[in-house]
Amino acid sequence: MEEKRGALVVNARRIDRVEGTAIPIRGKDIDTDRIIPARFLKAITFDGLGEHVFEDDRRTMPNHPFSNPAYAHASILIANENFGSGSSREHAPQALKRWGIGACIGESFSEIFLGNSTAIGLACATASSSDIEVLMAAVENMPDTKMVFSVNTLSINTGDCSIGLSITSAVRQSLLAGQWDATGLLLERFDDVRAVASDLPYVKGF
Amino acid sequence: MGKQTLFQKVWDLHTVRTLQTGQSQLFVGLHMIHEVTTPQAFDMLRSSGIGVAYPDRTYATVDHVVPTLDQQRPFADELAEQMMVALERNCREFSIPFSDLTNDRQGIVHVIGPELGLTQPGMTIACGDSHTSTHGAFGAVAFGIGTSQVRDVLASQCLAMDPLKVRRIVVSGKLGPGVYAKDVILEIIAKLGVRGGVGYAYEYAGSVVDSMSMDERMTMCNMSIEGGARAGYVNPDEVTFAYLEGRPFTPTGVALERAKVWWASMASDKDAEYDDEVEIDGNAIEPRVTWGINPGQSIGVSGNLPDMTVESPDTGAISEALSFMGFNEGSPISGTKIDVAFIGSCTNSRLSDLREAARIVRGHQVATHVRALVVPGSRAVRRQAEEEGLHEIFQEAGFEWRGAGCSMCLAMNPDRLNEREVCASSSNRNFKGRQGSPTGRTLLMSPAMVAAAAISGAVIDVRDFLMTRS
Repeated sequence: MEEKRGALVVNARRIDRVEGTAIPIRGKDIDTDRIIPARFLKAITFDGLGEHVFEDDRRTMPNHPFSNPAYAHASILIANENFGSGSSREHAPQALKRWGIGACIGESFSEIFLGNSTAIGLACATASSSDIEVLMAAVENMPDTKMVFSVNTLSINTGDCSIGLSITSAVRQSLLAGQWDATGLLLERFDDVRAVASDLPYVKGF
Repeated sequence: MGKQTLFQKVWDLHTVRTLQTGQSQLFVGLHMIHEVTTPQAFDMLRSSGIGVAYPDRTYATVDHVVPTLDQQRPFADELAEQMMVALERNCREFSIPFSDLTNDRQGIVHVIGPELGLTQPGMTIACGDSHTSTHGAFGAVAFGIGTSQVRDVLASQCLAMDPLKVRRIVVSGKLGPGVYAKDVILEIIAKLGVRGGVGYAYEYAGSVVDSMSMDERMTMCNMSIEGGARAGYVNPDEVTFAYLEGRPFTPTGVALERAKVWWASMASDKDAEYDDEVEIDGNAIEPRVTWGINPGQSIGVSGNLPDMTVESPDTGAISEALSFMGFNEGSPISGTKIDVAFIGSCTNSRLSDLREAARIVRGHQVATHVRALVVPGSRAVRRQAEEEGLHEIFQEAGFEWRGAGCSMCLAMNPDRLNEREVCASSSNRNFKGRQGSPTGRTLLMSPAMVAAAAISGAVIDVRDFLMTRS
């Protein structure tokens, strides 16, 4: 096991851009119970989650964007503030990714949602509230507008305009270097881990 | 040396190195696991051929899918049974200690960690559940993680993370009768907003917090994440040490004395520098009730729902919430009829919560139209409550007395709302659909307020209730 620990190769895909059409999800504080209701967490795999994304919201809102054929092939999600709040369920970004989303642009994200998304290669970036409004209006007006979300240049390009995006340098670096799947990195110098652990009073004994 | 918050001290102690991405590699002192966020993580480990790095720093329980009525195996719910079987197999295969349903230590993960003395000051603690912030009550840096991160911790006992800023929240004064820790944290979230804590850990301080028991500190820290703060904590003190003494995993004898010295040293320095500080007047806090669809939408029980004559950035959210809940703008929250009363969840299901609710319920009857249940947070809480006869008080009043589990907090088990039912709940989230019915409605409040509402059949000020009683 010790040998295996150091030898794990980091094999995640480098993500520098996502191209496609977009889907607007209006509303602040959209929580992960809405993105994927708890009954779908009763599962031992993530298979099939894409079908259930926003399931309860879609039942009560017949014109929900995720039910609208105009957005059926979108790969870029546009959101307002605090998208992905609430429960830490990774099932939420998993459901979005399996539905077909490759990138999210929001005014802000819940921290846990952002971390979970990065860990599975779903790129998230923030933009100002006025820029988000511009993007949402553009998409609602012309759903088949093709966009390029660039992690590299920190921008979203709609052909008509280019809007600046913010991504923390750690997240950006992870995506560009293909290191968003952190396990290999964390196992790289395991002796260092053992050294820190064995120095902790509650590990070595008081 | 000096000028450090508890957060900074604990973070520095547990940092292994800075990763190429710029994040810290953080050692996790205690990894609590449960059946919902582990199956895929263990499968990923198995397919990479890696084992669990520190099985003895890992501890498992089952709570989310566990039925609170009939716990016979196999469970009636096939999916729930599959998850149980998966966790049993994974713990067996990777030698992880597991308080399963044959074990009297089983319970809600954030109740049993502290109960067993696993949770200690100065640790980093992670679990695949956002209410892991609960453990911060002990002066630990504790936070929720997702399934892929669970895999990372299993494989390496480490996480790749960025440190948080720290906001100190000083709650001064003294809480009035009928006002509890639940009301304090609801007040904080209402004031700072559900996004206010994003990027922060919350340090709770002040005379109100200093005089809180560990159960109360856990209630506060539990809901940090509802305010956006991934972690929340209280500096360890004599109250903390007294709670820990004598528990199965707590040091004893000379080791305990040395531990207390080290634990005390983890507290924030007097001259620590915070990224922000906020003051809350504890004297002015009322019993609070949420009226909407996020935990920030709460008012004092004597207050009225927001009216929409004044346009604000929140008008859209308020309008959506009032419409979903079927409430009228400007009307009082007191008197709102309830259908279900739920006392339970990792927020409020500990012995002191049950004692307080029993005190209110004693000699009364649950309103005939109300379905009421009490779900102790763990088998140990249930046992202790029964030793004190609390279960008889609840049952005589018409409450169902259940087995330990997450129950109606999030309805991954048979306990759920039906259709448009309104539930007075001591849990932590009132999101749409949270309690198992897409149209069900949740009013969050303290266990005492739930007890009073169960008897009255409607939201009522527990202070008035207590006064008319005697």
